[in-house]
Amino acid sequence: MGWNLIRTWTLLVYLFMFLPVAVVVLLSFNASQFGSFPMTGFSLRWFIELSQNEAILRAFRTSIVLGLMTATISTTLGVLASLALVRYRVPGANVISTLLIAPILVPEVVLAVALLLFLNFMSINKSFTLLLAGHVIFTLPFVILVVQARLVSIRRDVEEAAMSLGASPRQTFFQITLPLMLPAVLAGALFAFTISFDDITGTLFWKPGGVETVPTQIFAMLRNSISPEINALGTVMILLTVGLPLLGLAIARSASTKRGS
Amino acid sequence: MSVEAREARQPWILLSPALGAVTLLLFVPLAFILVYSFWLRTATGADQVGFYLENWREALSDAFYRDILINTLKIAAITTIVCALMGYPAAYFIARSKGNKAILLLLLMLPFWISYIIRTMSWINILGVSGAFNSALMTLGVISEPIQMLYNETTVILGLVHFLLPFMVLNVFVSLEGIDTNLEDAANSLGATKWQSFLQVTLPLSLPGLAAGGLLCFVLGAGTYITPIVLGGPTDAMFANLVFEAIITQLNWPLGSALSLMLLAVLGTLVLIYNRYLGMAQLMKGLG
Repeated sequence: MGWNLIRTWTLLVYLFMFLPVAVVVLLSFNASQFGSFPMTGFSLRWFIELSQNEAILRAFRTSIVLGLMTATISTTLGVLASLALVRYRVPGANVISTLLIAPILVPEVVLAVALLLFLNFMSINKSFTLLLAGHVIFTLPFVILVVQARLVSIRRDVEEAAMSLGASPRQTFFQITLPLMLPAVLAGALFAFTISFDDITGTLFWKPGGVETVPTQIFAMLRNSISPEINALGTVMILLTVGLPLLGLAIARSASTKRGS
Repeated sequence: MSVEAREARQPWILLSPALGAVTLLLFVPLAFILVYSFWLRTATGADQVGFYLENWREALSDAFYRDILINTLKIAAITTIVCALMGYPAAYFIARSKGNKAILLLLLMLPFWISYIIRTMSWINILGVSGAFNSALMTLGVISEPIQMLYNETTVILGLVHFLLPFMVLNVFVSLEGIDTNLEDAANSLGATKWQSFLQVTLPLSLPGLAAGGLLCFVLGAGTYITPIVLGGPTDAMFANLVFEAIITQLNWPLGSALSLMLLAVLGTLVLIYNRYLGMAQLMKGLG
């Protein structure tokens, strides 16, 4: 009896999580002029309008460029730091870990204000540079957490075997360690990209006037009224933000099975 | 340089870019706004450098700020409790299910990946005047005119719960997974009912996870300003909205600094208390 109750409860929780999202997808195919209920038929018109909306396309380009640059920089920083923390005995490793995680322990609004005001004081105004700096510092802890968790599972004896067979430390790193690390690096990069692509709290503080990322563009559009175009954009975002991590998972999985065989 | 010395230097070389970034882009800026909060924004829009207590006096004594701070903490507390009540049984189900746990967990984590702004605005489709609920009620003939269910404190909490629930489930799940199920079996074989063994064995052992999830829900909930704008009414501003208002709209940066630090002090204290009793390791487990 108790178990059935828990099962039903869990089902309701899943329903709560998915229903609003499902409705976004459903409405994005709505033929009705106002894009609301009742559904009047199936149509792709909102996706076509979306693909012709210059502002949204520009926002997409900005978000993708920003996301790629953020992922590159914060993955590089994160992988180096994770290597140091996992592979070496560093005095005060706990304190260092906490310091590196600090950007997610500080409320994002506070981080956003501090960075905006300080860089402005250093004569770096609201700009793409500020936006990039903000996204890097905000995604870095996530990359470090993900990469560190994966790095721990790479066994050292494989590297030691390579070295005992005559490989130099450099050869060992590039031919053994790096390929083994690749899934962790990719997972970290995807994580950083997704978080950057989705960020709105800090972005609204950092972005220069006239520049919009996809979330801030949606936010600006919401101020008018909810149009079916937003639902179509939502559907595209859902596909992207859910599809990318799943793709990353698949890459990581296939890499590990190949290694295992 | 000896081999040992070079070996000892290596981790620091690897760490320095990340530590440098965190120092330059987080710690120095935080120290800077502390100094900045004692400056004064003059009528001309220029900052007067010095040691003025005006911003802090305004931030700490103005009833307007105090009421919104209290309201923010209240909303965050209710959100956290609702997340715990909804999330704990779900996490328990996933942890004890005989089915595919990984898939069940992944499913619940999926919304976590879906854009925050999309998830927040999706409630307008459900509860808005032309949303699913009103449409259904009108079709059924229960109401003849659509009701406005949006833009109040309840919908702000609803939006926050929808945003934060995965954090709760994940943290509780991680701690439930770490409990040896033999303990429960032992309690049962010693005569405890299922409910007793849950209350006296499983629940206490899973409290660290519940606390980690609760901390995340509370801190993230109390720091938000997007949800109240999208799903709240004119009187539902939260503290972060005040910060945004001061910095972006009024351009009173010294006052905005003081307000930011106030929020940081309140939420930072919670993190420190948590760290003192439970340690950061539990939190890292849930995040990683």
